[in-house]
Amino acid sequence: MRGFKRLVWPYMVWAGIMIVIPMLIIVFYAFTKEGNSVVQVKLTLENFGRFFQDRIFAAVLGKSLVIAIITTLICILIGYPTAYIIAKMKTDSQATMILLVTIPQLINMLVRTYAWRGILLNLDISPDVKVYIGMVYNFLPFMILQIYTSLSKLDHNLIVAAHDLGCDDRQAFMKVTLPLSIPGVIAGITLVFLPAVSSFFIPKLLGGGSFVLVGNLIENYFVTIGDWNFGAAISLVMTIIILISMYLTKKLDYDKEAR
Amino acid sequence: MKKVVPKIYLALILLFFYLPIIYVVIFSFNESRSLTAFTGFSLQWYTKMFETRAIMEAIYYTVVIAVIATIVSTIVGTIASIGLSKSNRVIKEIVNQVNNLPMLNPEIVTAIGLMLFFTSLNIEKGFWTLLMAHIAFCIPYVMLSIMPRLRMLDDNLAEAALDLGCTPFQALTKVIIPQIKGGILSGALIAFTMSFDDFVISYFTTGPGINNISTYVYSSVKRINPSVNALSTIIIVVITIVLIITNVVPMLKNRRNKNNEKIA
Repeated sequence: MRGFKRLVWPYMVWAGIMIVIPMLIIVFYAFTKEGNSVVQVKLTLENFGRFFQDRIFAAVLGKSLVIAIITTLICILIGYPTAYIIAKMKTDSQATMILLVTIPQLINMLVRTYAWRGILLNLDISPDVKVYIGMVYNFLPFMILQIYTSLSKLDHNLIVAAHDLGCDDRQAFMKVTLPLSIPGVIAGITLVFLPAVSSFFIPKLLGGGSFVLVGNLIENYFVTIGDWNFGAAISLVMTIIILISMYLTKKLDYDKEAR
Repeated sequence: MKKVVPKIYLALILLFFYLPIIYVVIFSFNESRSLTAFTGFSLQWYTKMFETRAIMEAIYYTVVIAVIATIVSTIVGTIASIGLSKSNRVIKEIVNQVNNLPMLNPEIVTAIGLMLFFTSLNIEKGFWTLLMAHIAFCIPYVMLSIMPRLRMLDDNLAEAALDLGCTPFQALTKVIIPQIKGGILSGALIAFTMSFDDFVISYFTTGPGINNISTYVYSSVKRINPSVNALSTIIIVVITIVLIITNVVPMLKNRRNKNNEKIA
């Protein structure tokens, strides 16, 4: 039995090579200049300096964050009622509804976004709105499923108790249902915000060529321009911002629980 | 009144979810190239699709990569999970944190990491790098779905098997694996869908001439190509059939069993 623990060793080697080393290579590229060879490595902060000094890059980063935050808020506003209504249905209908929400997700994200491109092609709306539609469309199911999971775990007796203690429907919702479903909302926020910040094919397909978010910037520097060091620096900045925002979201959750 | 409003709301949400799917299916039968005006019924985009070598190759690579990546990541993930469940806390913590990296990092970061890794080693990007990348991002998900089952496992059963004369290998295949079968199966399913649908990681780790369906669609959006609608429709039909088989057939069986019970 004890011997079984050796079974994980090959995977540890694999994970070290295929997961850890690639991350270290990104960090390495971000802190060095072009034309690196192992023989002469020049460490530099130039890539980061260039990113933060240039107004254009800061604007792109700001726009990506704003779009991701608004997308997340829209998903909560639309997704919460949806999850709530589903959670109140009969058990059989709940399963059917969840299946209906899941099915479109099984179809390739590119294919679905391509379809929206056709629908929105000749509509006279701003590129921003088109990108929002594409983002909400792709990420809303994550929010609905997370909130639904936390709502369906909720003990119905708690609501009955709240009513017995004199709460009306609204009070019971505000004081019992809503606080207990916050973990689902938090999980949903992570699942929506993260892909929304880094998305690059949704803005490219729906917003048009001039619509640039931080994901497009990374794509451009790696694929079109070929300045990998600068591209790596942008990725690192984006990852750190995402980590900080995830940390803050989690902290919000803990603080609420502590109170 | 109170009951109608939620129903309308849900109906609108579902309409939003299914609108692009309906749209793709309709326009795959369009006579003209237009994506906005339906001019008449035609099957030409289907015949064009089957005649387009690039599309057929993309389908081939998508399926081949998804099948191999699923098999390999399921086997490796199962073995690694079993080993991990017997390891000490420190190793468990390390492996879990490392596995979390590709699951919590933005996909594009994982993708460029792998791309830089392959280029640093002077490995030419193509089929093999694509496959390696898919295996790499699938294994953590397989392990994530197997680990909870292993935690519920009673260690004494495997010990008993060893006491009764099983070799460790027999204890593994006859006692441990049958008990975590559900987790392995759902892990394999997750791996398959992840690989089949992947775009971002494939886009950065594949080489010239090797496309999967996602990267093909991405490369063909610059010019309108209604064959993509035909391809999408076929994917939609296949997924719907699979879903009907996996969801409706058990439901019917259940109902029949219930009826039989009533008769008995």
